[in-house]
Parts: sequence; structure tokens; C-alpha cells
Amino acid sequence: MAIAPVPTTGATTPPAGRTARPAGAARRDWRMAAEIVLFTAPALVLFAVFVVWPILRAVQFSLYRWKGFGPLVDFVGLQNYVSVLANGVFTGAVAHNLIIVVASILVQLPLGLALALLLNRKMRGQGLLRTIIFVPYVLSEVIAGVVWFQLLQPGRGVVEALLGTVGLEGPYQGFLGTPSLALPTLVVVLTWKYVGLAVLLFLAGLQGVPDELAEAAQIDGASWWQTQWRVTIPLLGPTIRMWAFLSMIGSLQLFDMVWILTGGGPANATTTMATFLVNEGTKRQNYGIAAAASVVLFVIALVMAVTYQRFVLRRDTAEADVPRGVR
Amino acid sequence: MTTTTRPTTVPTGPATDHADDGGKGRKPRQGSGRGEGGVLVYLVALVVVGLTLGPVLYAVLGGFRSNAQLAADPAGLPDPWLLDNYRRVLTGASFWTYAVNSIAIAVITTVVTVVFGLMAAYPLARYPFRFREQLYMVFVVGLLFPATVAIIPLFILITRDLSLGNTWWGVALPQAAFALPMTIVILRPFLMAIPRELEEAAIIDGASRLQFFWRVLLPLSAPGAITVGVLAFVGSWNAYLLPLLLLRGEMKTLPLGVADFSTQYSSDTAGVFAFTTLAMIPALLFFLALQKRIVSGLQGAVKG
Repeated sequence: MAIAPVPTTGATTPPAGRTARPAGAARRDWRMAAEIVLFTAPALVLFAVFVVWPILRAVQFSLYRWKGFGPLVDFVGLQNYVSVLANGVFTGAVAHNLIIVVASILVQLPLGLALALLLNRKMRGQGLLRTIIFVPYVLSEVIAGVVWFQLLQPGRGVVEALLGTVGLEGPYQGFLGTPSLALPTLVVVLTWKYVGLAVLLFLAGLQGVPDELAEAAQIDGASWWQTQWRVTIPLLGPTIRMWAFLSMIGSLQLFDMVWILTGGGPANATTTMATFLVNEGTKRQNYGIAAAASVVLFVIALVMAVTYQRFVLRRDTAEADVPRGVR
Repeated sequence: MTTTTRPTTVPTGPATDHADDGGKGRKPRQGSGRGEGGVLVYLVALVVVGLTLGPVLYAVLGGFRSNAQLAADPAGLPDPWLLDNYRRVLTGASFWTYAVNSIAIAVITTVVTVVFGLMAAYPLARYPFRFREQLYMVFVVGLLFPATVAIIPLFILITRDLSLGNTWWGVALPQAAFALPMTIVILRPFLMAIPRELEEAAIIDGASRLQFFWRVLLPLSAPGAITVGVLAFVGSWNAYLLPLLLLRGEMKTLPLGVADFSTQYSSDTAGVFAFTTLAMIPALLFFLALQKRIVSGLQGAVKG
């Protein structure tokens, strides 16, 4: 074979010691690019079709008055947003979501923490206890909701029967049928359903708390409570803050449990943003309104997430934040 | 964006650190200065167990009672124990139809999520290329998009544009799509943690990157794949909103069936309890069987 006398471009001439490297590398690059595309394409396509596209469409729908049939022609600008934000039911729903966010954290955090600290002590049946406390979390919200709906039935549910045995009377229209009680009742059921998750995550966090610190505190004469309060709980900070974040986002999207327990009632006392938009979209075919509501929901979630990240989570992630360089 | 940093700390190593959630055989740290469980602790534990399991057990037992029993003494035990409610549900066709739909949809969702997620996570973890972090970010941002936001356009897309309205695939594919971000966020660091030397050794032995993926990486990533698979399966099994909008009649899943049964026969409390109890069993069994996986998956996803 003729030996090519040092080609300057070199890319297409295979042999010869020095130029072979870039040539081979180029082919490898090509091959690698093909592999990257091949490997990521299915996920990207699925993601684009079923996540990105519908979200973009939601933004588009929100700018039209559309009943779900015919072409999308009735452009109304931001009018859907105006009517959503002026709608007392929707603003009520936003308030309910925010109440649930705050109440979930205020109730589940101390409860979850107390249970986690308790379960972290040496005791018999610890593994079993941890399993049991997680059971409600494993059940679907629908199944949990249906059971609770039955338990709370006015007049014939077991909750009122149990209250009766201690001489208390249930509300006439039941816990879910009385507007002032429906939301607190919902919070109680959500606590039952989700406190296990908090406990589990806190227990995981406790595994990472070195024992020596607690031991040192106790040698210094701290009581069990002081040790927990001053040493253990502060060290759980990152886990607690991450749990609160998850809980927040989940509370904003709440749908299943409300739909089953109250359908948003009575008198919209438990409507959430999600039940509002599903109602508008599927029952009343107000797709523009529903889409505007969903965009508002997303913006609220995003603002909360970004704010939380900025002011609360940042210190946890600051040291882990250094991006790993491409090798 | 906000949650992006979480994943980098996820890889707790293939399934080793969660092995100690049982009561026995724990590391010595247990016995240390911590207060030992006194009577009070057990008492509190008992109350917690009662409150946690009470509603579930009440439903299970309620299925063994008659409506007359339930009405006469809501807080009583079955007397006599009746099998009729359970028999009615199990011999009726709808429960089994719903169960089959739930299984089919959950299996499709899980397979698609795990296969596509592993494939995408592989280059994102181990190929050096220019827009890698940006591509990864696309999925991470996806974590922020709740399915609820897109639900109406999704409904229209699936029923009208794709004609997948009342089908298994119509529910499973979007569920898999929404499960992908979390899957990739969990799997990527998992794949990153696999030692570089293994890859070099494989390449010296003449394996291509694809062969390395197939022969070395896949088997090693099994624990991670199982974790994300369990999460996808449970998520799909428990899903309500999307099936509610997309599925009708014979195609419904168990949660829809439970909700339907509950509204349709709301006065038949015993029947509702029987149906609901039977619908709980698969999820509970699945959970018990794969408990460690679920737990480590959740812990891995949040460990800060």
C-alpha cells in the first residue's frame, strides 16, 4: 500500500502512525454520538410526548376560550387567568392548599419526629413497628379514602360510635358534611396516611447521626430529652428540610383523597386547585379555565420550590452542589 | 433547578445500607447511651399501632360482618363471621377484570420506565459528552411538573390524537413518562458509582461500550433497577386521576373499581369493606415482599 506522505487534514486517511489517532477518535466520536442518541431517544421521546407537549398545550389552552370541540380559535389572552383568580372557589382552593401545606408540616413534623425518636430506641418488635407504621402510606389514597369515608359516615360510622362511648356526640351532618369540620378532618386523614413516610425518612436520617455525639452529651450530664433536642434533632435538619419540601409539593397537588372523601364539598369547603381544575375540565368542559388553573398551580408550586430552595435547602446542598466534571 | 442537587448524593451503594432495619443484629450503636424502652414507650407504640392499623383492620373485619351487624354495633366484632361479602366480590366478574387491568397497566408502566430509564441513564452517567449536564437537567426539571398540571391536555392527546383512550397503553405510557425523571435521577448516580476500572478492563478485553452496558452494567445495576421498578409499579398501581379520566367500564383499574363500588353501593358498608379489603391485599403483599427495596428507594431519594 502506498504510504500517504503526512496528510495535513488526516481525517480520512487511515494508516500511518501519527494521523491514525485523530481518525480513529473521530470515528469513535461518531459512534459514541450514535450510541448516545440511541440510548436516550426512547426516554426523550416519551418524555416529550407525554410530559413536555401536554404542559405546553396547557399553557396554550389557557389563552383560549375552548369547550373541547372545534378548532382552537377563540383567543382571549389572559382573560381565563383573570376569571380564575377572581373566582372565589378557586381562590378558596388556593387557600385550602396552603392551609394543608402548613397544617401537614405543623402536625406531621412533631409527630413524625417523636415517633422516629421513639422507634430509634432499642425495643422489642421494632422492625414490625416500622413496617406497620408504613402500611397506610402503601395503600392508595383511593382505598384509604374509601375506608375513611365509611368510618366517618354520619350516624352509622364507627368514629361517631366510638365518640358515643365516651359520651361525645358527632356533628349532625358528620365530620365530612359539616363545612367547618371537613378541612380539619381531611388533615387528620392525611396525617394518618402520610406520617409513616415522615417517620421512615427521619429514621433513615437518624442512621446517619453518629452515636458518639449523643454519648458525649450524655456523659456531660445531658438528659435523654436534652440530647435529642440539642444534638440529634439539629443533625436531622437536612432530612427534615427535604421531607418538608416533598410534603409541600404533595400538598399542593392533592387530588385523590379529596375527590373520594368530599368531592371538594361541602359548599366547596375542601376544594383544592386540583379538584377545581379537574371539575372545570371534565365536568364542565371549560378547558381554557382548567388550563389557566393548572398553570397557576404550577406557578405557585414553582415559586414555593424556588423560594424554599433559595432560603432553606441551599445550605444543605451547598457543599454537594459542586457539579461533577465530565470525565 | 431546585431539586437538582439531590441526586448527586443518592448512591448509597447497591443495596447495602438498608439491611439493618430489623430489630436484631443491629450495629453496636443501638445499645449505647440511648434510653432503653420502658413501659411508657411500649404503651405509646401500642397506641400508634392501634391508630395506624385500626382503620385497616376495621375494614377487614367489617367485610366479615353483615350490614345489620354494622348498624347494630358499629364498633363490634363479627358475630357470627360471615364469608358472604368476600364470596360475592370474589365470584363477581368485575373485581377480577379490574385486577387484571391494574396488573397489566402496572407491568407495562414498570417495564417501560425501567428499560427506558436505564438506557437514558447510561450515557448520562458514563459518556463524556458536551451537553450531558444540560440533557440531564431536562429530566430533572421534569421532577417539578406534576401530572395534575398537564392532565387536561394529556386527556385530549391520548383520547383524540392518539386514540389510546380506553386502553392499557394509554394509561401506562404517560405514567411511565412521568416516572422517568425520578427514575433517571436515582439511576444515574447509581451507574456512576460503578468503578471505572471495570469499564477499562472490559474495554481492554475487547468489549464495546454496548457490550459493557449489556454484560457488566445491567447485572450490576439490578438493585437500582429494582428500586425504581418498585416505585414505578406502586405509583401505577395506586394511580387514580389519569385512569379516572381515561378508563371506562371493563377497562377500569382497582382504585377506580373501589371508588365506583363505594359510591354505587354506599349503603352496603359491609360489601364496600369486603371489596376494599380485597383490593388492598395485592399492594400490601407486594409491599411486604419488597419492603426493603421500597424503603431504601425512598431513603435514597431523600437522603440529604
